Amino acid sequence: MQYFKPATFEEASALAAGAEGITRFLAGGTDVLVQLRSDLVTPDVLIDIKAIPGTHDITRTEDGGWRLGVAVTGAEMSEHPDLGRDWPGVVEAMDLIGSTQVQGRATPIGNLCNASPAADSVPAMIAAGAVLSVVGPDGARDIPVEEVPAGPGKTTLKKGEIATALTLPPRGAQGGDAYLRFIPRTEMDIAVVGCAINLTVEGEVITSARMALGAVAPTAVVVHAAADALVGRTLDDAALKALTDLAEASCNPIDDKRGTVKFRTHTAGVLARRVAQIAYDRAKGAKA
Amino acid sequence: MSKTHVTAKVNGDAVEFLCDPRETLLDVLRDRLGLTGAKEGCGTGDCGACSVTVDGRLVCSCLMLGVEAEGKEIGTVEGIADGETLHPLQKKFIEYAALQCGICTPGILIAAKSLLEKNPDPTETEVRYWLAGNLCRCTGYDKIIRAVMDTAAEMREAS
Amino acid sequence: MALDSSKTTDFKYVGTRPDRPDGLDKVTGRAKFGADATAPGMLFAAIKRSPHAHAKILKIDASKALAMDGVKAVVTRADFAEGLTGETWNVLENVMAGETALYDGHAVAAVAATSALIARDAMKAIEVEYELLPHVTDVDKAMAADAPVIRAGAADASVPEGLHPNVVRYYESGHGDVEAGFAEADLVIEDHFTTEATHQGYIEPHACLGTLGADGKGELWCCTQGHWNVQKLCAAMLGIETSQLRVTASEIGGGFGGKTTIFIEPVALALSRKANRPVKLVMTRAEVFRASGPTSSTSMDVKIGMKSDGTITAAQGTFRLQGGAFPGGPCEMTAMCAFAPYNLTNVHQVGYDVMTNRPKQAAYRAPGSPMAAFAVESVIDELCNQLGLDPFEVRLKNASREGTRASFGPKWPRIGLVETLEAARAHPHYTAPLKEGQGRGISCGFWFNHGGETSVSLAMSEDGSAQIMVGTPDIGGSRASMALMAAEVLGIPYENIRCTIADTSSLGYNEISHGSRVTYASGLATIKAAEAAVEELCRRAAAKWDIPEEAVYWEDGYAKPSGPNAGDHAPLHITELTADMGATGGPINGHFEATPEGAGVSFATHIVDAEVDPETGATKVVRYTVVQDAGKAIHPTYVEGQFQGGAAQGIGWALNEEYIYGEDGRLQNAGFLDYRIPVASDLPFIDTVIVEVPNPGHPFGVRGVGETSICPPLAAIANAVSNAVGVRMRQLPMRPSRVLEALESKDG
Ligand code: FES
Ligand code: FES
Repeated sequence: MQYFKPATFEEASALAAGAEGITRFLAGGTDVLVQLRSDLVTPDVLIDIKAIPGTHDITRTEDGGWRLGVAVTGAEMSEHPDLGRDWPGVVEAMDLIGSTQVQGRATPIGNLCNASPAADSVPAMIAAGAVLSVVGPDGARDIPVEEVPAGPGKTTLKKGEIATALTLPPRGAQGGDAYLRFIPRTEMDIAVVGCAINLTVEGEVITSARMALGAVAPTAVVVHAAADALVGRTLDDAALKALTDLAEASCNPIDDKRGTVKFRTHTAGVLARRVAQIAYDRAKGAKA
Repeated sequence: MSKTHVTAKVNGDAVEFLCDPRETLLDVLRDRLGLTGAKEGCGTGDCGACSVTVDGRLVCSCLMLGVEAEGKEIGTVEGIADGETLHPLQKKFIEYAALQCGICTPGILIAAKSLLEKNPDPTETEVRYWLAGNLCRCTGYDKIIRAVMDTAAEMREAS
Repeated sequence: MALDSSKTTDFKYVGTRPDRPDGLDKVTGRAKFGADATAPGMLFAAIKRSPHAHAKILKIDASKALAMDGVKAVVTRADFAEGLTGETWNVLENVMAGETALYDGHAVAAVAATSALIARDAMKAIEVEYELLPHVTDVDKAMAADAPVIRAGAADASVPEGLHPNVVRYYESGHGDVEAGFAEADLVIEDHFTTEATHQGYIEPHACLGTLGADGKGELWCCTQGHWNVQKLCAAMLGIETSQLRVTASEIGGGFGGKTTIFIEPVALALSRKANRPVKLVMTRAEVFRASGPTSSTSMDVKIGMKSDGTITAAQGTFRLQGGAFPGGPCEMTAMCAFAPYNLTNVHQVGYDVMTNRPKQAAYRAPGSPMAAFAVESVIDELCNQLGLDPFEVRLKNASREGTRASFGPKWPRIGLVETLEAARAHPHYTAPLKEGQGRGISCGFWFNHGGETSVSLAMSEDGSAQIMVGTPDIGGSRASMALMAAEVLGIPYENIRCTIADTSSLGYNEISHGSRVTYASGLATIKAAEAAVEELCRRAAAKWDIPEEAVYWEDGYAKPSGPNAGDHAPLHITELTADMGATGGPINGHFEATPEGAGVSFATHIVDAEVDPETGATKVVRYTVVQDAGKAIHPTYVEGQFQGGAAQGIGWALNEEYIYGEDGRLQNAGFLDYRIPVASDLPFIDTVIVEVPNPGHPFGVRGVGETSICPPLAAIANAVSNAVGVRMRQLPMRPSRVLEALESKDG
């Protein structure tokens, strides 16, 4: 395994484009090192991107959104004074991953690019409408988060392409997001099911809604129909029932050691109700 | 395979070492620097026995490469006491019998110290969640949580 | 005059809570555990393991590995002794496969190299050709007629004719007429229960550092619960004399029974002999799960009859234990513990030890008892529910007491079950209100406890301080207990005693730290060794005073004349007797060697409240109380620690922990990510009540406490969850999906 610590994204991209064998980028390393240790993946080329300037920054974008450098960790997100006020669901989703120790290193962009179907931060980023910026041999481009994972362990990034930052849109007034997952313990497990919802309201009435589910299909699922089910309504029992049915119908899970098809499908519905309520309350002004 | 030269500080002391890029910080601490206080319980970030601080941030040393330590300040259990004076957490852990076998203790002390530096007045729930990544199989955590809470109270009084 | 310091009250040191002697080492990172040792010229080793559940080994080709730079030796089964028999053969076969790989993770070869990375790369370069064989990993399937035979001829004489060859041991006991008993009952409930294999889950992986020369002399450092056993087994497997191998026990990072046997130690020694260098071998966590010794999974049937007044009229149990690819599943202990808490006229229990293609089971804290209690106490709870009886009343009504006959035969001596039941019933926990969605469960539990071969040496220093050498590794603060007991006898401060775990060359044979025997047996031996030293101290005083030794007694660190007839002598302090001991007859030491038989059994009663999320089936333990008979708590804080640790392990077992095998016979969750032991945020504080009903077999009344604490939790939690959801939970772990299905079965 060769280890590189480039000083610019261009250098990193050139290294990756020219590398033979398996290439991995190293940010927090909480997946890369586990895979190395478990003999699942031993990269031939490991490119540490943390020395590139700006990769640790959390900054406001001009339009009032947020830009997170590629090496920003979960702990840095949780500690940020303003980010969690705008996007509590995204911050909480990231914070659920692993231990306090893991939070000190793990990054949402790593969580996205590792492309696990059960990644906690991904449904929350999708619901929020986040966009991943990448640079590569063919230049820079922006990809909506939901288009990044291609299947378990696979992304749509091309050879030599490297993620540079994540952009969250402006929160705007009367909006709220939330994420919950189901795990058997209280901490330290991989999500059996995850659900994120991002809403805006006018008074009691929902004006926009985005829902995404994790661990119920090979990649996180965007439930587009959630908007149809919720927009123009208040979050009453009928809306919650519709959302439950929708969540269950959107599942395409597998039976594995962490959960059965039946359990995952049922629990997706339960979480959808609970998450919707939290997001709704937040949109209406409840403090996160 | 060629090795990389790394310069870092461990518990305030300058150290240099050569390491294979595949070696973790934990491997380096234990096998190259002779600091066996940090333990390997899993090697995959699930047990916390390898907890250290890097530039003040609590991490699993099994989830960080040795080469990434370049220019960093590492803190391990060996550096918690001040000469012959134990850190209040160390004293309380002995007093409360917050350890049975003691293999989890170095990691828990490092993690608890980092909690109290951030939050001098944690609730029981905060302590339990902060330490959720530090597995202890012997104690059922009862005496550990009590020791941390009581240390926090004592340190608040003292300051 | 043989000194007898037996007492059960008026202790000065025993029962206090001083800091443990090894505390500083353990909070500063200085304590040396298994993987913390190094030696000059040391090599690192790695083990090649079978990826198959059952396969014939056709060929092992290590040529590529041996050609790598830095690789110094490869060993296979051919490098170990031949002609072993019985359990030693079993252990060797488990340590390194012979002709057949018997489970996923079974060792087939090992390599030593100059670095851990090279050793790992070389291990991967060893090529093994297999011929796959049919496998079975489930206990009931392994007993079925069409099950593949793991190893023909493995059964012993206890197994009745007509059973599948995978049934390798059989146990049966009981008394009375159960059919007549069931006929007398107002309600008979029979149910089927299962539990999954769990792992002890010690945080420290197995680790050792071995050196062995061509001269047959060796040194071994390892984390173990019993280094004399390691010495004996390793010597046999390497074909050397036992006494030529010196084994030193490192600090041990948890064992719970799992470190009572060996897995890697002979491999390190064989590699060392071949390479002529010290070899360090440390298991990865995945190896610990795949190839150390988890506990048995079980399939159990229990039938109990009860009168409407709560009298149990008859009880019958069948316990099938899956013990991996070797005999050893604790079928007899499971069956014997099952009904131990109850005084039964008609009782019958049967146990089967069944082989499967899984790792060789090892002891796990009270082997067999937790599972048996789960089945039995669940049925009793259901009987109480259906008959509308108070669970404490019923248990007290039927409780085993001194003089009643145990379900497995003998008459009980002085025991403390009733006292634990009464203390639990009186505890505020039992009457505290429950919230919506919560249920409460109680359970009793029993463990035998053990004595075993024990040697202790005590030596006085000139300044009147004392050192004790014990041979039982300190797995949870036992140095403190030993020092307290010695302090009590000698009458010197606790701090003036240093307790060391001796290596195998420094003390006579000691059985493993198992069976909750350390505080009992090493404690008894420590007391006796201290008494021997005190007798000598009295003799020296007698000589100084020129009176008969019988006229001197020992009190609180002083030799005193026993009465006016003995003369008017000022008491002599211990320091006055040790200061010149070289001139008054030589060093003053005390020894004790024996196999004490008086280990007092121990009972416990637990109360637990569980809260179930009706929408997801997730269970959280919200309150837990342990009440257990400790005989006499030498260091109460560490007794509480044992109670809490056992309860926490039981909570994991009941709710989340299990070995998960795929159809391919491979273990799917060989890591702490998916083998889910409780984390700090999963648990409440665990309340403890120490009941003290002295054990007549120990000078201070000690009963072992380490194991009984894990006997009641499975049942207590299952009862709590069953009462919360209104459906009897018969399968562990109570995964959320299982609880949800139970809830649905009730609604549907
Ligand atoms: S060894 Fe690093 S978390 Fe277990
Ligand atoms: S004291 Fe043994 S693991 Fe914590």
